[in-house]
Amino acid sequence: MSGYSADTRIRWTEWLPWVAAGLFFFLMPEYLSLGARILIFILFALSLDLILGYAGIVTLGHSAFFGLGAYTAGILSARLGVNDAFLQLAAAAGMSALLGMLTGAVILRTRALTLLMLTLAITAILLEIANKWSTMTGGADGLSGVQVSPLLGLFKFDLFGRTAFLYCLIVLFAAWWVVRRIIYSPYGAMLTGIRDNAARMHAIGAPVYWRLVMIYTVSATMAGVAGALLTQVNQFVGLNVLGLEPSGDILVMLILGGVGRLYGAFVGPVVYIVVQDTLAKQYPEYWYFGIGVLLIFVVLFARGGILGIFDKLRDKWLSHSRPKSSARASAR
Amino acid sequence: MLSSVVSVAFHGVAYGMILYVISVGLSVTMGLMGFINLAHGVFAMAGGFVLSSFMARFGVPFPLAVLSAFVLVALGSVVLERLLYSRLYGAGELTQVLFSIGLILVSMASARLIFGDQAARVLLPDYLRGQLHMMGRDFPTYRVFIIFFSLGIILLLWFGVERTRWGAMVRAAVDHRAMAQSVGINTRLLFMATFALGSGLAGLGGALGADILPVQWAYPFEHLVYFLIVVAVGGLGSLRGPFIAALLIGVADTACKYWVPEFGAFLVYAATIGILLWRPMGLFGVRA
Amino acid sequence: MAFALQTEKLCKSFGALTVADHIDFRLEPGARHALIGPNGAGKTTFVNMLTGVLAPTSGSIFLNDQEVTNTSQAARVRLGLGRTFQITTLFRSLPVLDNVALAVAERTGVAKRMWRSASSCKDIVEESQNLLGVLGLADDAASAAQDLPYGKQRLLEIAVTLGLKPKVLLLDEPAAGVPSHDSGKVLQQLEKLSSDIAVLIIEHDMDLVFRFAQRITVLVQGQVLVEGTPSEIAGDKRVRDVYLGEAHV
Repeated sequence: MSGYSADTRIRWTEWLPWVAAGLFFFLMPEYLSLGARILIFILFALSLDLILGYAGIVTLGHSAFFGLGAYTAGILSARLGVNDAFLQLAAAAGMSALLGMLTGAVILRTRALTLLMLTLAITAILLEIANKWSTMTGGADGLSGVQVSPLLGLFKFDLFGRTAFLYCLIVLFAAWWVVRRIIYSPYGAMLTGIRDNAARMHAIGAPVYWRLVMIYTVSATMAGVAGALLTQVNQFVGLNVLGLEPSGDILVMLILGGVGRLYGAFVGPVVYIVVQDTLAKQYPEYWYFGIGVLLIFVVLFARGGILGIFDKLRDKWLSHSRPKSSARASAR
Repeated sequence: MLSSVVSVAFHGVAYGMILYVISVGLSVTMGLMGFINLAHGVFAMAGGFVLSSFMARFGVPFPLAVLSAFVLVALGSVVLERLLYSRLYGAGELTQVLFSIGLILVSMASARLIFGDQAARVLLPDYLRGQLHMMGRDFPTYRVFIIFFSLGIILLLWFGVERTRWGAMVRAAVDHRAMAQSVGINTRLLFMATFALGSGLAGLGGALGADILPVQWAYPFEHLVYFLIVVAVGGLGSLRGPFIAALLIGVADTACKYWVPEFGAFLVYAATIGILLWRPMGLFGVRA
Repeated sequence: MAFALQTEKLCKSFGALTVADHIDFRLEPGARHALIGPNGAGKTTFVNMLTGVLAPTSGSIFLNDQEVTNTSQAARVRLGLGRTFQITTLFRSLPVLDNVALAVAERTGVAKRMWRSASSCKDIVEESQNLLGVLGLADDAASAAQDLPYGKQRLLEIAVTLGLKPKVLLLDEPAAGVPSHDSGKVLQQLEKLSSDIAVLIIEHDMDLVFRFAQRITVLVQGQVLVEGTPSEIAGDKRVRDVYLGEAHV
């Protein structure tokens, strides 16, 4: 939990994802490209958690930034011949930040259905552009011919995805560090205040709208970086990075993991993508059916997602073994 | 040029009518219950499948099959409303959005399992096939039928909302929910009945419009954006707003596809954004 | 002398309905002033105009001699106007401490910092704890606001507003919904407020009003009927007729 009462030291459990990623790298080398994809979607989910989980902005259009980042990196390489990985990342981050700031400044004064519709319309427009402007984007066939030069001139993207995995891991680690700092900062505390009661925040003199535009821009930047990573790892961009579908997917991943609790963004994509990878290819209908039922279940009975269930089990266990323990400290 | 204008207007209006019949229930339930129900298209899809399977498998005549689509979807929606939706009245919008996405996924998967990848085929009766000769031109009979039939339904609906006791209660509850409750309106029953009617109309629209919006398993997701646009642009809780919005979108979308196919739906989305920024509550909304 | 808060010929009408009719009102620095009046007298409208929620139809509002008639709600807060709400509006799921700290951080400009941890902002945390202490909430700092009993929520509401260091404090029915045996506690805490703060209280609980206020203004049908000390008001026949009479019959 963030805020002025929070203990901000990094707990040992917070190192677990990184230990797990390290073990994964050495123990399951044949699955590294799947692993890289998971890391990318964790980054994407993390960016969504920042605005949805902390600031309370409900959006169906977060793919706009992910997709713009993906296409920026792709076009830079395939059309303009810029193959430097960091330049591609920086350009994607810049473009997404710009789009985040511009659209955020325009739409964040609205609420509820109107806001939802505007976010959706923006990503739908980008999808139409990507679809129709095929000389630039490759249209429905997708954009192929993306290349990435060896990182720092030394590390080539290999066939087994070793470089790609570590590269994504480092970017994700940096982003995690940034997000963690923000949510434990006064700004993060202020965002939870807006989520909890925006009217009260106005009444204590906070310029709520500008604060939201700011965090929306940060989140958009991060989503753009995630999109660029996907392009670099796949060396291809398809239309499926834009529109309602990827927005819905990332929303579902975050909710399954647990929204507004930082590590929900880590758990959700792992579970979602692993299950999807094993199930969806053979039984796509059952996959959708299962994920739909799971979603309804989570909404009706387990609002905190997978991590929320863990918290509840732990609280139960603690209150059994040590009556009068401070179970509330972790209840959120 | 002139003939293409007439043709675009004609097909656009038919499309708009169908969009309205499908979406009007969404506008009313969102305005009345404050429920952001992304899964409204499920009811339209269900209507389409009821129509096609009743006709193809059981040989039910067209008018009866259309009626069944309305009735069965309305009844089915009551079950959903009682079991699931009603638990989430007053829940946050995120909860409602996620719940309805879950419902979409389940229904899409079910539809694919039952009906496969093919679009539902609707065998029109002979009297609705062919062309109708009017004003020196030929118009597809079925589309003419769609326009007039929808118009009839819409007038009936408006009359119901403006002139009946039920309509008065709905209007009161949309404008002042707490007040309506305190003067003894049974909102639980009112919500249920209104939800059923709105869903039934969606089923009807989905069935009649199968020829314009092909009914297959991905339907609730594919057309979701347009249904939402109709409601958001028209204004929540309004009856006339969505009608104007649906016609605008029907005609604009048809016109864009006819004259500037290279833009696709771009212009419709851009116009949506423009209108919502200009009037965040929609053209005729009573509440954002 | 500068008034903490002053209105001149303040008017507000909704169509044909006039809810504020040329209100001239003055609040002295450090005052303990009450605004009373029967239901529908226009008290809430008046407060909403003072705080900038509603724009007046005509007339002007001054805060420490500075005209604020058309400034935003947030700008008035920065100029030292704090208010509590008739209906409790807290950050319900956040800890009690954070409720106050958010306000303190907003006032001191710390709230927009992204790069240091909130709990290491010692000055913010300490000031918030002090405020909680002043209102007798120190032991509740870690509980979620929604878990407090209602009376304490009302006090927390005041603590949040005090976090803004207001020079003028508008209390909109601070004892509304508080069980009568607890409203004494609210009053007790109110009496401890610093004398630098001018307090305007809008309240139905006449016990509380007459014990707390040094001056009372009576508003009837959007107009100031009379203003005076509690004993003058209690003895005023018009007030009895229009207000007390009605309430006691």
